[in-house]
Amino acid sequence: MLKITCPWCGAREEIEFSYGGQAHVAYPADPAALSDDEWAQYVFMRDNPKGVFLERWVHSQGCRRWFNAVRHTVTHQIDATYKPGEPPPAQAGVK
Amino acid sequence: MQNFSLLSLLRNAVSGHRDWKPFWRDAAPRQSYDAVIVGGGGHGLATAYYLAKNHGLRNIAVLEKGWIGGGNTGRNTTIIRSNYLWNESGALYEHALKLWEGLNEDLNINLMFSQRGVLNLAHNLGDIREGVRRVEANKLNGIDAEWLTPEEVKEFCPIIDISKTARYPVLGGTLQRRAGTARHDTVAWGYARAADALGVDIIQNCEVTGILREDGRVTGLRTTRGTIMTPKVGIVAAGHTSVLASMADIRLPLQSHPLQALVSEPVKPIHPCVVMSNAVHVYLSQSDKGELVVGAGIDAYNSYSQRGSFHIIEHQMAALIELFPVLSRMRMLRTWGGIVDVCPDASPIISKTPVRGLYINCGWGTGGFKATPGSGWVFAHTVATGEPHPLNAPFALDRFTSGALIDEHGAAAVAH
Ligand SMILES: Cc1cc2nc3c(=O)[nH]c(=O)nc-3n(C[C@H](O)[C@H](O)[C@H](O)COP(=O)(O)OP(=O)(O)OC[C@H]3O[C@@H](n4cnc5c(N)ncnc54)[C@H](O)[C@@H]3O)c2cc1C
Ligand SMILES: [Zn+2]
Repeated sequence: MLKITCPWCGAREEIEFSYGGQAHVAYPADPAALSDDEWAQYVFMRDNPKGVFLERWVHSQGCRRWFNAVRHTVTHQIDATYKPGEPPPAQAGVK
Repeated sequence: MQNFSLLSLLRNAVSGHRDWKPFWRDAAPRQSYDAVIVGGGGHGLATAYYLAKNHGLRNIAVLEKGWIGGGNTGRNTTIIRSNYLWNESGALYEHALKLWEGLNEDLNINLMFSQRGVLNLAHNLGDIREGVRRVEANKLNGIDAEWLTPEEVKEFCPIIDISKTARYPVLGGTLQRRAGTARHDTVAWGYARAADALGVDIIQNCEVTGILREDGRVTGLRTTRGTIMTPKVGIVAAGHTSVLASMADIRLPLQSHPLQALVSEPVKPIHPCVVMSNAVHVYLSQSDKGELVVGAGIDAYNSYSQRGSFHIIEHQMAALIELFPVLSRMRMLRTWGGIVDVCPDASPIISKTPVRGLYINCGWGTGGFKATPGSGWVFAHTVATGEPHPLNAPFALDRFTSGALIDEHGAAAVAH
């Protein structure tokens, strides 16, 4: 089980959290202007790297707030967690 | 190929089993092929076999980064069934089940294919409605399906607790009698052996590290055993498909997750069929060795680690003991994980790609073992002719743009 640091509550066990997939997928600025292909990209297509991944978690059994994490998908090591709206911490390995 | 027959078994028994030949040649990569399949799991090997057998392509190779069958093919819980909801899926999985029914003879090997029946339990009103609807949809598609009452469930699988006071009471279930299990690694070996006999090169310890392209068309592959030129590439790499697709700048709707299973110590035969429960998230069968084979759901997060978390197992063990109180003192022997490629509509992608000559067969996620022969059959057609077989045409990548998804979450939920 992962130990995840909620930016508001501190380190907790993984079972308190729910997963939200890839982070920083912004809602289209002008949805009406999107082609079908751009919609497919926004709704369905996702990065799926073997390595460092920026991803969303929600502290559903705690403060119930969303946040982002920098986690490695092979070692599972979490290098950082940060609040929504904040840029990902600049560090090696992040694309 | 050295044929298996009563006579060959007797002859080799007399000579102390020293004269059996290896199942396939240890082929070294050639400089070029007419087509190359990336991924030596069941699906890739079946694709190569049908490319050779149905389409006459003999100058072809299967590249596998590890050993064949070492991916999800050798890690799955081997449940085979075809009772999916929609017409498109019903046709695809039933085609596969029909091939399973003649596969021992076709590959001349004992796959231990056992049509012992698969039960899907219902524990609430929603389950009942979904199950009855699926049974009727299956019947309309010519797929055998029955709805059982709790008492009939108990008769078919005596160790289930159907008491009304159970935490998850059994309110009925669907049964597909032609469904069952097979021995997973023999499926990989059997296809490899039969493909090799038709001239296919099976190349292990050969990882693809780059996809060469010119003018939007594939020209070859970079591998850890040198560059291989080819005008046609079929990627069949399960959990690693996104990694390979990104080598050709293709984005896919896939997410890779760990999926675990575990087996108990071997015991006398006590469980005659396969039982699955979507609502309480567990499924159970008994192997021919006597081990109870238990599986459940994926870990929530993306991962390539081939191992899952303990709390997932804890959850499925709780459900298991609730359904089968008789198992409460069983000791579990081993757990393991595979990396499954989960697709948003719980259906596979068997498709052309924006790169000409490059084809993908992926998104089988938690439930592709059952489809191995059918998947290989239609993907071979796609790679050989450049166009999908009618059975896999609805499973193209462009369904995520058109919106024509094939939502099988109901039939696939806990999967398999
Ligand atoms: C625990 C578990 C239980 C399951 N239970 C069931 C079940 O009961 N019923 C069912 O129908 N399905 C089940 N599944 C799903 C099923 O196992 C898969 O859908 C199916 O086996 C996929 O077959 P495949 O040949 O596509 O993939 P794999 O067997 O994974 O083959 C892909 C191969 O590609 C290779 N590869 C990857 N990258 C590269 C590269 N760069 N170069 C060369 N080779 C590469 C890998 O090493 C691997 O051998 C289960 C899966 C798991 C993990
Ligand atoms: Zn919190």
